[in-house]
Amino acid sequence: MGFLAATGRAFLVFLEATGKLGLFTIAALSHCVRPPLYPRQIMRQMIDIGYYSLPVVGLTALFTGMVLALQSYSGFSRFQAEGAIATVVALSVTRELGPVLGGLMVAGRIGASMAAEIGTMRVTEQIDALSTLSTNPFKYLVAPRLLAGLTMLPLLVLVADIIGVFGGFLVGVYRLNFNPSSYISRTWEFLEPIDVISGLVKAAVFGFVVALMGCYHGYHSRGGAQGVGTATTNAVVSASILILVWNYLITGIFFSTK
Amino acid sequence: MSAPVSQVPPAHPPKISLKNVHKRFGPKVVLNGIDLEVGRGESLVVIGGSGTGKSVMLKCILGLLHPDSGSIRVDGQETTKLRARDREKLLHKFGMLFQGAALFDSLKVWENVAFGLIQGEHMPRAKAKEIAIAKMGAVGLGPEVGELFPSELSGGMQKRVGLARAIADEPEIIFFDEPTTGLDPIMADVINELIVKCVKDLGATAVTITHDMASARKIADRVAMIYQGRIIWTGHAQDIDHSGNPYVDQFVHGKADGPIKMQVRAL
Repeated sequence: MGFLAATGRAFLVFLEATGKLGLFTIAALSHCVRPPLYPRQIMRQMIDIGYYSLPVVGLTALFTGMVLALQSYSGFSRFQAEGAIATVVALSVTRELGPVLGGLMVAGRIGASMAAEIGTMRVTEQIDALSTLSTNPFKYLVAPRLLAGLTMLPLLVLVADIIGVFGGFLVGVYRLNFNPSSYISRTWEFLEPIDVISGLVKAAVFGFVVALMGCYHGYHSRGGAQGVGTATTNAVVSASILILVWNYLITGIFFSTK
Repeated sequence: MSAPVSQVPPAHPPKISLKNVHKRFGPKVVLNGIDLEVGRGESLVVIGGSGTGKSVMLKCILGLLHPDSGSIRVDGQETTKLRARDREKLLHKFGMLFQGAALFDSLKVWENVAFGLIQGEHMPRAKAKEIAIAKMGAVGLGPEVGELFPSELSGGMQKRVGLARAIADEPEIIFFDEPTTGLDPIMADVINELIVKCVKDLGATAVTITHDMASARKIADRVAMIYQGRIIWTGHAQDIDHSGNPYVDQFVHGKADGPIKMQVRAL
């Protein structure tokens, strides 16, 4: 009986959490499309997510592209397929590694800071204060972050794609002695718009997920410093896992026909 | 819980009235049938120990928490079933000074004071700043303080900024949540006097929750005592020393012995 009760309790907790998150998402989305919006807040978040994440996302992409070129060279040279390196780098970075690694880095950087900031505002009653000043906290805090995440991550990933391909180019040309112009033409040869577009769609979803998890866990944090710490951890972990899950689902939707 | 409840009928139709309000968090009953009326322009102080439901009561009136049952009326309007948009409209009538001041730490002091004017009423920033500086003057803060950030202020100054923010858009009803907690006695008295002055200047209705009797005596027209989620006594401020209620007597005189047993486990 103890086992059944424990299973049932866990299941109920899961259902409650899912329902709470669902309601939170619907409320947040509805505030994203209904005026008034707060352009000042949206700008602030866009700069924070888009501009200040550039170094970390750029570095991640650069080294990812470089290591991809090295790895695929050592693999492909076994069956004389070195010529495919440029294509492999371009496809992997645009379809998978750019959005996923970029999303994970942003989850660590932005998801955590959102959860900590909103969580602190919650436990110091600043969110209640917003309400008493006739300002809806969803509109003022949550909606700008969701909109900024949704729009900025695709831009970040576009930059990351370019930097990642450039990383592969650097290793290909200066380490593996490819001809620069043939490397570039190889890169373009098999790259199709859908490769880049699917990556950008992923990025938009990941940006939304990161912001949503940061806001949700921060908004529902309880009980002082420890509660904020827990919220921050939960935001990063849940955002990272959801990124990986959604990555599989979106890949399935885009490329399932083959 | 058989303590007698003495009701003093308010002179005007009530600004705020609570009837049989219940609120529980899980198994813990916090509000257990609150009945309370606050008259127009009256300053009511609710006294009671920690964890007796004072803050929860205020948050239920504001709609930050939803009561499980009971009726809360503001100006005769039932508020427990309001929709979000009507709730926002209703909140225009309220100002609140939070216990920890709850200033927005990402904004400058003057932006904090002007927040309700800029975001809530969409006033141009320049005009809102003028009003903010005037309101800061009313609580004894110079315009140079406006350019600082809240973290650069002492506790007493933060409370003043919180007060200026609460009165900035001239609310009809102001709530004070433990306004003197954490302040030295002199600063506490300064805040008390500011509260009395601001409430009088605005002609506002005020509800203060506190466990500081000096503060209660200074601010209150009428006092209500909350215990175990109920209002067990209300009366005029001058009657507080001879309430005839053993619970109130114990609280007012701060005695460990009496009908109120602190839930402290014996070592």
